Amino acid sequence: MTTLATLAVVIPLAAAALLLLVPRRLTAKRIVSSLASTTSVVIAIALLIVVDEQGAIVVEVGEWPAPFGIALVADRLAVLLLATSTIALLAVLVYAIAQRATDIEFRGFHAVYQLLSAGVALALLTGDLFTLFVAFEIMLTASYVLLTHRAGGEDTRATITYVVIGLVASALLLTAIGFIYAVTGTVNLADLSAQMDSVPSGLRAGLGWLLFMVFGIKAAIFPLFFWLPDSYPLAPTPVTAVFAGLLTKIGVYAMVRTQTLLFPSDEPVTLMLVIAGFTMIVGVLGAISQKDIKRILSFHIVSQIGYMVMGLGFFTVAGVAAAIVFVVHQIIVKASLFLVGGLVEESEGTGTIDDVDGIAHKSPVIAVLFLPAALSLAGFPPFSGFVGKLALVEAGFDVQTWIIVGISLAASLLTVFSMTKIWGGVFWGKPSAGESRPLARGMIAATAGLVVVSVVIAVGAEPLVEYAERAAEDLLVEGNYRSLVLGADR
Amino acid sequence: MTWVIAIAAGALFAAGVYLILQKLLSRIIVGLGLIAHAANLVLLGSGGAPGDPPVVEPGAGPYSDPLEQALVLTAIVITFGITAFLLALAYRSYIEQGSDEVEDDVEDVRIAHKADSE
Repeated sequence: MTTLATLAVVIPLAAAALLLLVPRRLTAKRIVSSLASTTSVVIAIALLIVVDEQGAIVVEVGEWPAPFGIALVADRLAVLLLATSTIALLAVLVYAIAQRATDIEFRGFHAVYQLLSAGVALALLTGDLFTLFVAFEIMLTASYVLLTHRAGGEDTRATITYVVIGLVASALLLTAIGFIYAVTGTVNLADLSAQMDSVPSGLRAGLGWLLFMVFGIKAAIFPLFFWLPDSYPLAPTPVTAVFAGLLTKIGVYAMVRTQTLLFPSDEPVTLMLVIAGFTMIVGVLGAISQKDIKRILSFHIVSQIGYMVMGLGFFTVAGVAAAIVFVVHQIIVKASLFLVGGLVEESEGTGTIDDVDGIAHKSPVIAVLFLPAALSLAGFPPFSGFVGKLALVEAGFDVQTWIIVGISLAASLLTVFSMTKIWGGVFWGKPSAGESRPLARGMIAATAGLVVVSVVIAVGAEPLVEYAERAAEDLLVEGNYRSLVLGADR
Repeated sequence: MTWVIAIAAGALFAAGVYLILQKLLSRIIVGLGLIAHAANLVLLGSGGAPGDPPVVEPGAGPYSDPLEQALVLTAIVITFGITAFLLALAYRSYIEQGSDEVEDDVEDVRIAHKADSE
């Protein structure tokens, strides 16, 4: 079983290396890349089932025992997000291949894409703070290449902002790791969770907030989100979809992982809830003022991050479980919404609300795909967003933090308003003049696949929430994670 | 010796932040390099006092921690790669635009213009 966890990282890495070796044959590249992504999905789903039945899988790389060597820890949280991410990655890859533009314009697309997948898998599976940094670097470097390869002229400024912000955040993460190592003498997360107890509370708080800020930059929380809406929409659709679905959520994952294990709290952390509230409101207000589908959706990424931070800020099993469910839902729904936005651009040539009208008449299939994803984002029952938001609100009631619950509901209403704006502006009304271009079947199939997964999340809400609760217990119950990784006696 | 490293890291951070806030891309890249060096120094300093053998031997007395040097090496390699990438990006931007300057944010310019006209 331990090979499964290693393979989840090794397969995309090996595929990336192989893809660099076959320089010219596009068809060969497409086959290798799709095979790697499909295998990753199968492995992740196998891990999802095995880990829940038999407990976490710990791989000691090079047989150096933890905490001295690097450990890969496939616990419930990691494999749940791994399964969700690999599904999103596969769907977006199918879309990119069917689009017949992204990987033709940029020959290295598949290699870099697989490298990104490897970074995501490693970030999720590692049980070591420094390896987490390395995984972030793999993922972000791949994302720099994907974002900047075609951006030229006026777009250069925003892409440079993205790269520079990413580098500053990485340097700060490295500094934080240095401080933590100086204080505790270890970078193994399980070992750290034990060592942190003996650290003076002031020092602990400083380290905790430094890590929160670093991952906050990557996750785009208020007030560190300004880079996101400028840079994301510039990339080709498949790239934006993968960024929107995955990158910020991996930041949130790292936040959940480090805060629950290293800096646990017995009561809700007010500052985190305040940040969560501002993130929700500022993000959604930004979205309302925009006129381009991809820019609107980019601001919604920010807004939805607030919900996840809110769940984390409660520091209860129910709250963290709700945040985990919300991350799962967001990865799928955000990727599918951006793919729909890409479909609109593909068929009409632009994604500006004022220039496009009446898509519901011209290409009803896009409208059929947009509606469930948009309703899910806004949190309508019976879609997946409702499951996540209900769990969050319930968790908020448990700890009696009424204000943040109220803010989250208000932000939901504004999200509905913003989605209505896209619906009214783009889908309803008289069809605008001009022929719409036909869409490749594979693109529609990929988008539809993600929408179906989001409906499956909603239908299977109960098992998912229970799974997330078990995952949250692994994190929050003192000593659980430690005994998983280091053995029961420590 | 740790305090020397601490002061050096602080100075590098300060200089790096100053350079990042400039408008020329070449300066921003140098600034990022300085910040990365500062982070590496912090990591290097986190291992404690140097000078002792990096092995634990029973009864051999104090020993140095070799791990943080391995960490720093990894970090240096990563920084090196990304700096090279950023330089390539800056070069492309220079070729395309004929200048090394990072433009102002479009919306910032619009807002500033609005404030001026009122």
